[in-house]
Amino acid sequence: MLKKKIADLMTEPGCAVNRGKTEGERRKGCGKQLTPGAAAGGCAFDGAKIALQPITDALHLVHGPIACDGNSWDTRNSGSSGPTLYRMGCTSDLTNMDIIHGGEKKLFKAIRAAVARYRPPAVFVYQTCVAALIGDDIAAVCKAASERLGVPVIPVEAPGFVGSKNLGNRLAGEALIDHVIGTRDPGDSGPTDINILGEYNVAGELALVRPLLEELGIRLRTAITGDARYADVAAAHTARANMVVCSQALVTLARKMQERWDIPYFEGSFYGIGDTSEALRAIVAMLVQRGADPALRDRTEALIAREEAAAWAAMAPYRAGLAGRKVLLYTGGVKSWSVIHALQEMGMEVVGTSVRKSTEADRLKALDRLGGDEEKLHEAIPPREMYAMFKEGRADIMLSGGRSQFVALKAKTPWLDINQERHHGYAGYAGMVALVRQMHLALSNPIWASLRRPAPWDGGEV
Amino acid sequence: MATLLPTNKPFTGSPLKLSAPLGAAMAFLGMEGCQPLLHGSQGCTAFALVMLVRHFREAIPLQTTAMNEVSTILGGMDNVEQALLNIAKRVKPRLIGLISTALTETRGEDMAGELKIILARRPELAESKVVLVSAPDYEGSLETGYGKAVTALLDGLLPADGPAFKDARRVNILPGAHLTPGDIEHLREIVEAFGLSAVVVPDLSGSLDGHVPDHYIATTLGGASLEDVAGMGAARLTIAVGAHMRAAAELAQTRTGVPSLVFDRLTGLEECDRLMSTLSKLSGRPVPERLRRARSQLEDAMLDGHFYFGGARFAVAGEADFVWAVGGLVTAMGGALVAAVSAEARPHLAGLPCAQVLVGDYQDLEDAAQAAGGVDLVIGGTNARMSCERLGAGHVHAGFPVYDRLGGAHRVSIGYRGTRDLIFLIANRMIERSGHGHGAAEQDHAAAVAAG
Repeated sequence: MLKKKIADLMTEPGCAVNRGKTEGERRKGCGKQLTPGAAAGGCAFDGAKIALQPITDALHLVHGPIACDGNSWDTRNSGSSGPTLYRMGCTSDLTNMDIIHGGEKKLFKAIRAAVARYRPPAVFVYQTCVAALIGDDIAAVCKAASERLGVPVIPVEAPGFVGSKNLGNRLAGEALIDHVIGTRDPGDSGPTDINILGEYNVAGELALVRPLLEELGIRLRTAITGDARYADVAAAHTARANMVVCSQALVTLARKMQERWDIPYFEGSFYGIGDTSEALRAIVAMLVQRGADPALRDRTEALIAREEAAAWAAMAPYRAGLAGRKVLLYTGGVKSWSVIHALQEMGMEVVGTSVRKSTEADRLKALDRLGGDEEKLHEAIPPREMYAMFKEGRADIMLSGGRSQFVALKAKTPWLDINQERHHGYAGYAGMVALVRQMHLALSNPIWASLRRPAPWDGGEV
Repeated sequence: MATLLPTNKPFTGSPLKLSAPLGAAMAFLGMEGCQPLLHGSQGCTAFALVMLVRHFREAIPLQTTAMNEVSTILGGMDNVEQALLNIAKRVKPRLIGLISTALTETRGEDMAGELKIILARRPELAESKVVLVSAPDYEGSLETGYGKAVTALLDGLLPADGPAFKDARRVNILPGAHLTPGDIEHLREIVEAFGLSAVVVPDLSGSLDGHVPDHYIATTLGGASLEDVAGMGAARLTIAVGAHMRAAAELAQTRTGVPSLVFDRLTGLEECDRLMSTLSKLSGRPVPERLRRARSQLEDAMLDGHFYFGGARFAVAGEADFVWAVGGLVTAMGGALVAAVSAEARPHLAGLPCAQVLVGDYQDLEDAAQAAGGVDLVIGGTNARMSCERLGAGHVHAGFPVYDRLGGAHRVSIGYRGTRDLIFLIANRMIERSGHGHGAAEQDHAAAVAAG
């Protein structure tokens, strides 16, 4: 079962990377083998939990030894506008004896006790490597628990060792389509309902997008799964359009929702000013096509014109401090190109961007925005080389994820977190202004000059 | 005396326990030129890595054998071999710490036997020492793994014959996982104040004290060297700190013939006095003037601080020796320890002067605190934060992990000075708590003066 699921996910026809492959490459799937001793990144369980945990009112129970939950709970910065249950770590904490005797009974008791204590609308149960290895059938336990306890208990079959974090994202999507979406009629579906797939409300940045939608009279039924409530995800099938962000992860879910409920989808991004406008236009085009009031188009254009002008005006004061500075973008996917335009508008030179997690389409867009300079497109940059780039002044600032931050900081170079652990929302128009402002703050901080002056005994003058 | 109560709940809510491989990795991070390697799936490494990075705010070299479903079932020694070769080629470490996980231990591999074969047939690995530790996640917590790793390090690196020389001034120190880089630095200063020299194994103060090297280093940034370990036999005494270091201390004594002494904690007046007497006797010197002065400052801190402890209600949660040290201080200052929760059962915890010590999680802490009518302060890691909110209690950030406060690596909580500062830290949190008598009275007074 799980094998077939993974094989299907690996050959997803809706995936842009796959579309760019030859028939033979496609059949091989995208299961890139990791190199032992030189690998980085999370496992499939990690990816599945990232994708589902933002359902804020659900209980998330990890069936495994302590490492899986104990080492990781409440470390994601995914915001909630209400419930906090999702932030609580909960695990069956398999020990020696459980592994010898099998963990199914313990899992059932764990679900029962947790439901009795927290009364959640649903429980997500995450499979892990060790529980899979000893043959615990979590699907059967979840089914029995659902029936006996009268609460949906959803098995998430993504043990870490089946693959990468990205595969885990997709397996989470499978759990939603198999067990959650379409199980509730909200009774209030309307012509302007949408979902946003692959948006996890990192740093609470949905708050930067939601007001734009609300002003246009567009209702976000649910993000999948940022700041979501279980009941809304269960009713996601009543939306009129789906927007997929972070494209590689949940495109299969979007395709299946289209097949099953005729919901059209498009891949878009709320990172970057032009891209935000394009996303709004695409949402509206789909809604109008499906019967929403055509006047929505004009209202959207008016909003876009107003917001773009306001954003550029808000960024203008930062231009003087940013012009001529060299920025290294080390992220991947949509962000490898979507923020380039705004940086260039500030007069900055993008000296490189990483395309290691990007689709062919992402690559081409990045290349286009960098004036066709192939040299500026990087796969992974070894830390040693990156360190040299900073030391030699080939880059003045890096925008990246937390993993590479110390390469920049130890080279006494400004760094900005633009991945999941960041504390500022960068989505939408206001988000891009925030990003430019943060860059300006980072680059204009007086510590850099102070830090780069050698100590007196090394020739520095006081 | 406390009863040690395991919780027999079917699930762990708001986990306190951490994984043993994470603790083992932490021990290797105190070794110079080292690259720790977890034998498990990539997630085993990623979670431990992220937690260590966030706690120390430093780059953490931690690799994975990247086990997948097939290699797990067929046996993972090919992955181990490849990982060792890749690391040796790319990073060229002096030491590789190979740590098993629940995943590979559940299947059951003869790692020791197979590692021998790999090392014999791969001359490329001759430049790096490899130390193997068995630390499955399903047994114990961070301190368990850390203790096992230090024991394995000594077992693997102590030479069969001791060093030819003896050094009457030398003291070995085996610090427990609850000691910060700042604690280790301070302990070294104390030892040196007696004219002795200290060799610390493992030494997080050399690697994770937060410093800026002038070039790129792919392995740990510093720490105890292989030579430091090899020379342990030359010392007069080995001092271990923390009950979880007992096995390592015993092994060190057996293998080197150097007597060892375990201090289960170095926080608190009596404990520090014991350390000073030991060092004084060993060095043949009286306790130096500045340490006497520090003792006197601690006495004064106890006098000024005890007002805020007496009658106050505390909850302490963390690894066993952290709870032992901090819970001990709080009660020694007159505070009531109404909820003490340890990540694992260790017999010495029964010696804490409170009704019971729970072996459990933050949920147990909340339940115990509520049953006792609430607490004033919770002393524990970042993961205690939601419990504090629900309990309406203040939070003193300490232990592991603390990733929402800066400077944790430099905090000193041992010795006279560290104990003094910990008393101040806790007392100040009590003063900040609204409704605590003195603060409110002063405000009322100030308002009355202002109103004329």
